Amino acid sequence: MPPIIEARGLTRRFGDTQALAGLDLVAESGRVTALLGPNGAGKTTFISAVATLLRPDAGDLRVAGIDALAHPGRVRQVIGLAGQYASVEPAMTGLENLHMVARLFGLSKSAAAAASADVLERLGLGDAGDRLVRDYSGGMRRRLDLGASLVGRPHLLLLDEPTTGLDPRSRIELWEAIRGLVSSGTDVLLTTQYLEEADQLARDVVIIDHGRVIASGTPDSLKDQAGRDVIEVRPRHAADLDRVRDALAVVAAEAPRIDHDTQRVSAPVDDGADKLSAVVRLLDEAQVTSDDIGLRRPTLDEVFLALTGQPIDGAGPDDPTADAA
Amino acid sequence: MTTTSVDAAAAAARSAEPRAAAPGAGFATTAVTTSRRTVLQFFRTPQILFMGSIQGALFLFMFRYVFGGAIQTGEGLSYVDFLVPGFLVTVILWSGMSAAAGVAEDSATGVYDRLRSLPIPRAAVMAGRSMADGTLVAWGIFVTAIIGLLVGWRPDGGAGRVALGIALMLVAGYAFTWVFITIGLVSGNAQAAQGMSMLVIPFSFISSANVPVATMPGWMQPFAANQPVSVIINAVRSLMVGGTETLGIGHTTGYWVVLSLVWCAGIFAVFGLLAVRRFSKMK
Repeated sequence: MPPIIEARGLTRRFGDTQALAGLDLVAESGRVTALLGPNGAGKTTFISAVATLLRPDAGDLRVAGIDALAHPGRVRQVIGLAGQYASVEPAMTGLENLHMVARLFGLSKSAAAAASADVLERLGLGDAGDRLVRDYSGGMRRRLDLGASLVGRPHLLLLDEPTTGLDPRSRIELWEAIRGLVSSGTDVLLTTQYLEEADQLARDVVIIDHGRVIASGTPDSLKDQAGRDVIEVRPRHAADLDRVRDALAVVAAEAPRIDHDTQRVSAPVDDGADKLSAVVRLLDEAQVTSDDIGLRRPTLDEVFLALTGQPIDGAGPDDPTADAA
Repeated sequence: MTTTSVDAAAAAARSAEPRAAAPGAGFATTAVTTSRRTVLQFFRTPQILFMGSIQGALFLFMFRYVFGGAIQTGEGLSYVDFLVPGFLVTVILWSGMSAAAGVAEDSATGVYDRLRSLPIPRAAVMAGRSMADGTLVAWGIFVTAIIGLLVGWRPDGGAGRVALGIALMLVAGYAFTWVFITIGLVSGNAQAAQGMSMLVIPFSFISSANVPVATMPGWMQPFAANQPVSVIINAVRSLMVGGTETLGIGHTTGYWVVLSLVWCAGIFAVFGLLAVRRFSKMK
């Protein structure tokens, strides 16, 4: 099985911005690949190139073995795209929306009707099929949009930030839908700024920044690359955050980070277990009461920080619901 | 479910059932399917449906009853019979504003990105859009004509000529949709598209639509008399009243009709090419 996506040295410049700066990426067939990076990292530019919406300035790009620059029309026969916005039509029913896209994929009227009903059912929208989409919730629209990219039974599904702006429950429903797809044999490339999303869905995670790949691997191997376990403390009183930071700084391998949204202080450490008891002692001496204290593996956010020296912007590590559009 | 079992299931599904490439829809299916969406969007959104008609009715009322008394159209022709044919032609421009906004919105909200990612002829998407907008213009003209009849308009140029006048308006309406599709594609978002569409105001008012061009200042007359909207209005009005004699525009009805068709062909060729090229180009 050849790789579903093979990109070599892709570059693309928009005015003064180098959106793609020699991006090399191979996505294997039969799995979900997540493209993780901050705003402006080049995620959407890359997806657009794979979707044949955009032509790179230089480089090679093969999609399902097809040269995407020489034969964009053939690439369009094997992909489905769901962009950053749910681009379904509010004035049509769910079924009408899917039927329209199915017809455009080239299905006959009867095949389009069957495929639309089937996809709706699989996405848990069977009951809502005859309702106008303007009455759908945001989560239902996103699922329908996902369905619209699916009715043509593409080899490769491209999802650009599929859950941006969704509430936690809708996000989990959409994740379930995406997992279901993979089990039915569709390859998926998705972009996300949410580390949890990459962790939950993808077997391969590719971290990109400033238009090039800076690391890739399974979520676990990426966490191993960052190397260090993390001690995390949540003081009972927000006023103690600075004192907790000072205590952690004594034992930490790198400067501790304060997350004011979740009122947590975290720091990577070597020899986690020893350092944890030291931290408990230091906090005791500083007369800080903690609601929570623990040792854990690094999150992908910390991996990102370790690799790039800066946090992923837009959303905090434990806040994948923040609207970072 | 673990990732590994997902991958295993995927591999199983894959080997069991190799997928064919999607054939994609042809030109006609694409155009009809996508135009249906735009037409449904219009007729299923009551605000748009009624606001457009009410706006047209208000303007027609104002010109007919507020300004009409002060406007001299020459002997043998009542102002309402002068006004309504011109007003019907300007409906093409006013409908165009919402067409441009709709195209811009489809660009901005990812609808066109999805369509560009599908195995369909991209020019057909634009053809579908123009068919839909042409249909909506026809609807606008129909509604306005009824309002015109209600306020006393009586086209008496003869059934054949009136039918020809309506046909000419539809042809012009279709040609002009390409102007507004181009504006929508270039503008980037619906608000900018509305702004750029303000260009229709000079073409609508500095024309022979509402008052005879001869009443305008001399420096304005060359533009007012010769710009395409006036040419089309002259043709439609001549057909509706049964000749050019009472209109003071010279030439024959045939001259204005042919000149209108030439303008329409030119606008269609130039803006059709611009729109299709703009839409089809990879970024």
